[in-house]
Amino acid sequence: MIDKNTIIPKRISDIKPSGIRKFFDLLNEMDDVISLTVGEPDFVTPQHIRDAAITSLEGGKTYYTGNSGMPALRESIAEYLNRRFSLDYSPKDEVIVTVGGSEAIDLAVRAIVDTDDEVIIPIPSFVCYGPIVELSHGKPVFVETKAEDNFKLTPEALEAAITPKTKMIVIPFPNNPTGAVLTKSELEALARVIEKTNAIVLSDEIYAELTYGFKHTSIASIPSMKDRTILVSGFSKAYAMTGWRLGYLAGPTELVSQMLKIHQYAIMCAPTTSQFAAIEAMKNGDSDIAEMSAEYNRRRKFLVSGLNKIGLDCFEPEGAFYAFPNVGKSGLSSEEFAEKLLYSKKVAIVPGNAFGSCGEGFARISYAYSVKHISLALERLEEFLTELKQGKIK
Amino acid sequence: MDKLLTLLENDSTLTKEQLATMLDKEVGDIKKAICAYEKDGVILGYKTIIDWDKTDREYVSALIELKVTPQCDGGFDRIAEKIYNYPEVQSLYLMSGGFDLALIIEGKTLKEVATFVARKLAPLNNITATATHFVLKKYKDKGVIYDMPQKDERGMFSI
Repeated sequence: MIDKNTIIPKRISDIKPSGIRKFFDLLNEMDDVISLTVGEPDFVTPQHIRDAAITSLEGGKTYYTGNSGMPALRESIAEYLNRRFSLDYSPKDEVIVTVGGSEAIDLAVRAIVDTDDEVIIPIPSFVCYGPIVELSHGKPVFVETKAEDNFKLTPEALEAAITPKTKMIVIPFPNNPTGAVLTKSELEALARVIEKTNAIVLSDEIYAELTYGFKHTSIASIPSMKDRTILVSGFSKAYAMTGWRLGYLAGPTELVSQMLKIHQYAIMCAPTTSQFAAIEAMKNGDSDIAEMSAEYNRRRKFLVSGLNKIGLDCFEPEGAFYAFPNVGKSGLSSEEFAEKLLYSKKVAIVPGNAFGSCGEGFARISYAYSVKHISLALERLEEFLTELKQGKIK
Repeated sequence: MDKLLTLLENDSTLTKEQLATMLDKEVGDIKKAICAYEKDGVILGYKTIIDWDKTDREYVSALIELKVTPQCDGGFDRIAEKIYNYPEVQSLYLMSGGFDLALIIEGKTLKEVATFVARKLAPLNNITATATHFVLKKYKDKGVIYDMPQKDERGMFSI
């Protein structure tokens, strides 16, 4: 018998499972829960996009595509990035179509990060960056963003984290879980710090289309940043296409060609059917984005105002589809708060510490749900807070 | 305030406070706007969409096409008025194409609908032909899909 405990490399066995696994298991065991935990749109992929995929299947287009993705899709992506964010990428050798934004993040880190290289990761943020860096034998350097800064990464905090070993800086905005965004001038201020380093920027812009009241700026649109930025995005959030598993990256050809080798051997190519759907999305999907984004915006206002009204202080999230209220005033930790809320009122939210230690005291509440659903959850949250104050909840 | 109308059209149970929050308006502005819409007849009423098939109530509905000779004074409007005043008539439309009026009626039984057509509709002056189509199943009405799965099929949790 092989001793399976001894054959796993330490860097794999050392990867910690999500800190809130216990809460997650609990949630899965319960029925009739009003959940606000989901990080994906509640919309179905628009019909014309689904039709494009169906037509491709009916036409027998079930083969592999070229490694970096169908030329027509790469052209659409380049054209889209130019149209929406004034970016200029060559579809030929500066774009790779990937299996979701997640693969693009993985490729970027694996291609760039070497043993003991430091990667600056603002937290709270999406959970994958740290473990992927560790898999590449790199060292994640977490930089805390703060509620008083509206969870923005400040140039001062960034500068303080930079060392001669800094190889990569992750810029995850609009941010999951806080909903924080960075404006053009804030990005320019960060750029002035980054210019002084040799670090590569990994800009995760998966929520770029979901900003409210202003237009997203890509850090790659700042002239001094373009040549050192790997832009990661995808179709999941903007077009409600999570299950299609399709994303992309864009960057300087010298880096992209190295990432393409990994993609070529590990993945071969992104799913062909999804690529046909994505071409349609990029060509004719602008109005879908506008409609969905307007709906998220209404829910955002509804949720944030509701949370503030019942006493859960919440800064105004300007991107993605999450609110990140302060639950610490209750005297409970994030996990205790979420657990007690789940047990007593059957409402599920994600404890903030799932997204990094400094998320403690906060909780992520998704508004990728109908207004009715959010309204019901808010009612129960209010009951919970009242009963908590009265000492009725143990 | 077109957005207000769209929101109300989709869900008339939204409170004025909820509407104000979502539209960045004062509650007073929403109240005033709704009052004005009601007064001007833009908002005609508030109803509930019910799937009666899920209840014990027996009912049948039918789409009826009518061919009508228009009258010299009032065209189709006078005959239309006579028809829509019957409580059985749920909807009535003037149509282009092969017939003139389309109406949707509801009754308890097939016989009740047939009797309505034979005794009340067909004998009306100026009606030259009727064609009655019974509805076998409602899939979608007023933008609402009847057998829409209620369960959220997304995973319970995603980071």
